[in-house]
Amino acid sequence: MVQKNKQIDKLRELGEKVIKDIDRNKNPSITIPIRALSNVIFNEKTKTIELGNKNALRYFFNVAHSKKFLQTVEIASILKKELLETDKHEHLRGVFYIAKRTIHGTNVNIVDEQTESDKVIEDLEVITGLSREQLHVSANKMGSMVGNIVLIDSGDSIDCSKLGKGGYSVPSITDELVFKKINAKYVLYMEKAAVFERLNEDKFWIKNNCILVTSQGQTTRGIRRLLQRLAEEEKLPIYVLCDGDVYGAYIYSVVKYGSIALAHASERLTIPSVKYVGITMDDVIKYDLKKHLIKLDEKDLARIKQVSQYDWFKNNKEWQKQFKMMKEFNGKVEIQALSAKGISFISENYLPNKIKNKEFLD
Amino acid sequence: MKEEVPIAEKLAKEQREISVSQFFTKNKHLLGFDNPRKALSTTVKELVDNSLDATEEINILPEIIVEIKQLNDTRFIVTVEDNGPGIVKEQIPKIFAKLLYGSKFFKMAQARGQQGLGVSSSVLYGQLTTGKSAVITSKISRNKPAHYYELQIDTKKNEPNVIKDMIIEWDKDHGTKVKIELEGFYQKGKQSVDEYLKQTAIVNPHLNLIYINPEKYKLEFPRVTKELPKKSKEIKPHPYGVELGVLMQMLQDTKATTLQSFLQNDFCRVSAKVAKEICKKAGIYEKSRPKRIAREEVENLLKAIKETRIIAPPTDCLSPIGEELTLKGLKKEINADFYTTVTRPPSVYRGFPFQIETGIAFGGDIPKDEQIKLLRFANKVPLQYQQSACAITKSVINTAWRNYGLSQSRGALPIGPVILLVHIASVWVPFTSESKEAIAHYPEIIKEIKLALQDIGRKLVVYIRKHIKSKEQKEKIDLFEKYIPELAYSLSKLTNHEKDEIESKLKKLLKKELPTLEAENGAKE
Repeated sequence: MVQKNKQIDKLRELGEKVIKDIDRNKNPSITIPIRALSNVIFNEKTKTIELGNKNALRYFFNVAHSKKFLQTVEIASILKKELLETDKHEHLRGVFYIAKRTIHGTNVNIVDEQTESDKVIEDLEVITGLSREQLHVSANKMGSMVGNIVLIDSGDSIDCSKLGKGGYSVPSITDELVFKKINAKYVLYMEKAAVFERLNEDKFWIKNNCILVTSQGQTTRGIRRLLQRLAEEEKLPIYVLCDGDVYGAYIYSVVKYGSIALAHASERLTIPSVKYVGITMDDVIKYDLKKHLIKLDEKDLARIKQVSQYDWFKNNKEWQKQFKMMKEFNGKVEIQALSAKGISFISENYLPNKIKNKEFLD
Repeated sequence: MKEEVPIAEKLAKEQREISVSQFFTKNKHLLGFDNPRKALSTTVKELVDNSLDATEEINILPEIIVEIKQLNDTRFIVTVEDNGPGIVKEQIPKIFAKLLYGSKFFKMAQARGQQGLGVSSSVLYGQLTTGKSAVITSKISRNKPAHYYELQIDTKKNEPNVIKDMIIEWDKDHGTKVKIELEGFYQKGKQSVDEYLKQTAIVNPHLNLIYINPEKYKLEFPRVTKELPKKSKEIKPHPYGVELGVLMQMLQDTKATTLQSFLQNDFCRVSAKVAKEICKKAGIYEKSRPKRIAREEVENLLKAIKETRIIAPPTDCLSPIGEELTLKGLKKEINADFYTTVTRPPSVYRGFPFQIETGIAFGGDIPKDEQIKLLRFANKVPLQYQQSACAITKSVINTAWRNYGLSQSRGALPIGPVILLVHIASVWVPFTSESKEAIAHYPEIIKEIKLALQDIGRKLVVYIRKHIKSKEQKEKIDLFEKYIPELAYSLSKLTNHEKDEIESKLKKLLKKELPTLEAENGAKE
């Protein structure tokens, strides 16, 4: 309960500051750190993406701000009163519905779309310095885990080696999971659920004594926090398996260094030790995948240009070489292209070899 | 071999005189009789225009009565009565029953009618569609009798055919009454007779008009000023406005005995020095007799005129409505929140003086979200057709109304609660056709219209800014008054302070912050 009090105090503090402005006969304002590339710093020492110190002021008596101001205070009060004080958790969607009510005497709703309340919750994270999870707000579960790991989730003991094809459904808040027993040499995280299913069916994790984790597309915070804890608390190496394209590269960099949108939470989410196992452009040559390349379109090229200039990629020679090769081949490659070599080529040949020979990108 | 008839002879047999009725039937659209609906409104228009010109001629306040009687679905009797000077007996048949007969054609003065086509073409149209005679009653003074005529046009000879000619009693000092029966179609709305009369009333605030419509409903358009419009003066043509054919005719008709005196006397703004310069440039002896100048020489003369600097014609011949009277006219016929008018100084195109006037009515009953209503006028006559072909419309579209507080898409009239009036007064209004519905696109005219629109646009935007500003201010207070209880509620949940206390403090704060909200508006986070 001590921790909950800290969260409640932080939110109340925000309200008290507004009250103070009102008492001083000042236009009430809330100070919010800016969450954009312009206010993101790549800390070369810690190898994490951190939030800079640029702030914006949100005023109540300002036509352009007033609604957002009201949303911020209203959602802060919801988090405090409905969630933290009653020790309940709510999904992002649920918070949206609690906040969605019509302002008396108008046909204006406090929030009209979930994206509005989601943004305000991110604002509240940076204002209070607390994570969404600490504020008892959860997001979609989009991840699975299998392997020789037994953990305790809300008092239930779960053996991830006995959960069939689907595996353990990773919750959106993974801070409170307890690792009871682990027998694995490393963790393999992949962006694609289809590849996860392939490796699970091939019993890859038994043969190679590892843990498999996936989340569809962008890595969720729950997964990132889980991977970080496995890396830091259990000292397990984490390997990332993505498509051989700029989006895969970015997914890897988010796990390793953090993201722009969640720069404020980097400390709790980044894993500097993580390694990239594939697919690389060198694999394309080595495994003769050239005929399976997908042609780059304008969007891909623009994204390559953008990502290759991010501070955390800018001085990374290996990755710059990858980006250069993508442009030279004018193509990208999916993990599943390896199936052309045989349905289980990935689990029997590609991955064991790459991991054994430590063919990683940093 | 049989001897062939030369083609020319064959053709000669086919060539014969064209009667006016045949010409008219083929060219109805040129004269404004394209369809029954338009025929009805053109007839009313020609008669009313003539009445207004006539009263203006003798400087009296016009009293006009228009009646449209519906006989059946397609047949109407139009009667227009005025208090004008009347017409002398001998002239009546020719004026009403001979095409292309009139006095205005030869005058360089601002008038509604120009070509002497209007009334007689209405008479002819009535005759062709119903077979009925036009009925004219006219009286020129208290002491003289009123003449009653029933007239037809001899369509082969273009001569009047007098059916009845008699003297009658008429309880009127002077005036003219014309009755024409015709095939037509009556409809209300945009291009209707009703709309034409309403617009006429706007630009002729000195007119007292009574209108009895086909539904036997009496509409009155009362006079709002006793001030007569400034009488237009006749001027001599300016050399820059003359064309080859006209110049040749003038040389034949002149009373002058030398070319130099012809130039000096028959044109305005030609001094002895200028006349000599023109003769020299044309290579024609200045003492030549005008009647003996050859065609090729006339061409040289015309070229010399164009190359010689001649000062612009006098512009005091024009009779604009004036800013004050336009304002009165708008106010009496349109219910709006704001009115403003602009009369530009006179200008000149191709030797013809002209002047642009414009007026705006804003807000009130005028629909907000539609394109503005444009009222076009030429010499105080409403132009109801061919809006898109008109130089006025083009100038309105090409004016950047966004600068003046209205929204506008590219190539379209602006949108907003506006009725926009544009009037061109000129001794010779350049129309795109004889039905006089669209102004021709002379760059000098378009430029002046645009300047007038910019002038009035600046007046409009001052009003809109003030008007909308105060409205926005109110909306802002409203918004915050609604937000304050919500914020107070959220804050009390968050901090345990009393909701009512927070609310009353915020309300006080709103009063203090309101003036600065203006400046902060638009500032981004």
